[in-house]
Amino acid sequence: MSMTITEKILAAHAGKDRVEPGELVNARVDMVLGNDITAPVAIREFKKIGVEKVFNPDRIALVPDHFVPNKDIKSAEQAKILRDFAREQQLTNYFEVGRMGIEHCLLPEQGLVGPGDVVIGADSHTCTYGALGAFATGVGSTDLAAAMALGETWFKVPESIKFYYYGRLNPWVGGKDLILYTIGKIGVDGALYKAMEFTGPVIKELSMDSRFTMSNMAIEAGGKCGLIEPDEKTRAYVEGRAKFPYTFYQSDEDARYSEVYEFDVSKIEPQVAFPHLPENTKPVSEAAGIKIDQAVIGSCTNGRLEDLRLAARVLKGRKVHPEVRCIIFPGTQEIYRRAMREGLFEIFIEAGAAVSTPTCGPCLGGHMGILAKGERAIATTNRNFVGRMGHPESEVYLSNPAVAAASAVLGRIAKPEEVV
Amino acid sequence: MKLKGTAWKFGSDIDTDVIIPARHLNTSDPAELAKHCMEDADPEFAAKISAGDVIVAGKNFGCGSSREHAPIAIKAAGISCVIAKSFARIFYRNAFNIGLPIFECAEAAEKVQPGDRLEIDADSGLIKNITRDETYRATPVPEFMQQIIAAGGLINYVSKRVKNNG
Repeated sequence: MSMTITEKILAAHAGKDRVEPGELVNARVDMVLGNDITAPVAIREFKKIGVEKVFNPDRIALVPDHFVPNKDIKSAEQAKILRDFAREQQLTNYFEVGRMGIEHCLLPEQGLVGPGDVVIGADSHTCTYGALGAFATGVGSTDLAAAMALGETWFKVPESIKFYYYGRLNPWVGGKDLILYTIGKIGVDGALYKAMEFTGPVIKELSMDSRFTMSNMAIEAGGKCGLIEPDEKTRAYVEGRAKFPYTFYQSDEDARYSEVYEFDVSKIEPQVAFPHLPENTKPVSEAAGIKIDQAVIGSCTNGRLEDLRLAARVLKGRKVHPEVRCIIFPGTQEIYRRAMREGLFEIFIEAGAAVSTPTCGPCLGGHMGILAKGERAIATTNRNFVGRMGHPESEVYLSNPAVAAASAVLGRIAKPEEVV
Repeated sequence: MKLKGTAWKFGSDIDTDVIIPARHLNTSDPAELAKHCMEDADPEFAAKISAGDVIVAGKNFGCGSSREHAPIAIKAAGISCVIAKSFARIFYRNAFNIGLPIFECAEAAEKVQPGDRLEIDADSGLIKNITRDETYRATPVPEFMQQIIAAGGLINYVSKRVKNNG
């Protein structure tokens, strides 16, 4: 019987020849992740289980990234819980400020997740690693605690939905636009409990950075995971990085899908998601003219080198609008260093933008760019819920980095062509 | 187990940022989180409700972040259970893991009005609307989830398993 890539990975980790959608399986986990918001609760629960040691100190990653560098005393206490636990358990993958990154940019970069893995993380955007051909999904703190003790967790094998992208990409259209468009078509619960599989000639052409952006937002359609079959680009990315053995899985040609969507990308222009749901997407031309107070470029969705290069292409030799704050967040220290060496920071600072150390900060309204009442931001982040970036009466519009940069220059939501 | 309380209604796609905004996530203390439960949908919510009250919502309740602080805030605020047309996946798992009863029931989500008195039989999933003299049936809870509830949450379930294997 044929299987999807998701079913094959879950079967392999459950010690079975095959699994069926709907079946409950206990699966071995290859990597378990927590951050400074979710891990403190997980560590508290872990200590109640009655085991002394975690299942494997090399297979747990703790990344303080949400409220670090610590924004206040309470968040400092939270981050300290991770640090103390990492030392006590001798965890090899604890990442301190100055050596860290936004978790979902960091783990692939460090080779801690790879094709064919099962990964759970107490962070909803753990689905990012689907771009490597891994089964990766978000869980809560208690599930994280149990997995830290057992090295396995339970899953209901999801049905899969296939998304097939064909045609020629328009200028300034990338992974962010494809995923926003997709969420706009199926809605924020369009893939609820299901595996999303992104395929087709357009996906083959996408860079790894763009693929990460797509898989990252599977959760915004309610998806359990968002997978892309690994290929030569995946191989080039993981070779020399991977800290553990990996396996390439492909969906069988006659694998079963609950739904199949086909999108002609030549009809897609850069997308903007209006407040207050990621499904409220419109072509950027329908958003043009909306005044903004802040532009945020970065996050686990769009904080990779390709994203910063796109922003730099638009900002080069130009100035951020006098009434706009433009804040740029590279995803990791390594991305930061490379962007610096390429001269991207020179461009950003000449333009009047701020460049920050890696942090999730503004994306979730934590710190480093909170909006006041009535303010409006365009952001390359992943959510535009009520109050997401600050005051409950502020607004967030989601876009790709080029649109955010062009909007920063003009002080209103704009197409990159209006600037470049 | 019987749960009894007044219904508080919310719409669809209630996200975890509305349930507990991230500005309060610099703590994981349940009592502190409870004070801010549903704050961005209704700033007075935590002060208005009584112990045992029930949240009734539309589709995709708890979408967004994986923060377990969301079901913890609801539970610590004194809400006895959440009834919704559907739940986002991570919230669904988290609620069972921490012992917050939740029920999937489209009929209740539609027919219950704010202020209705509800009585829920947690074992059978039967929801009685005392105010309107109606009864709705929730989607049965999968057997494995029932085992987690019976054990008193995932940590107790895992703890027993570890002891039995030890």
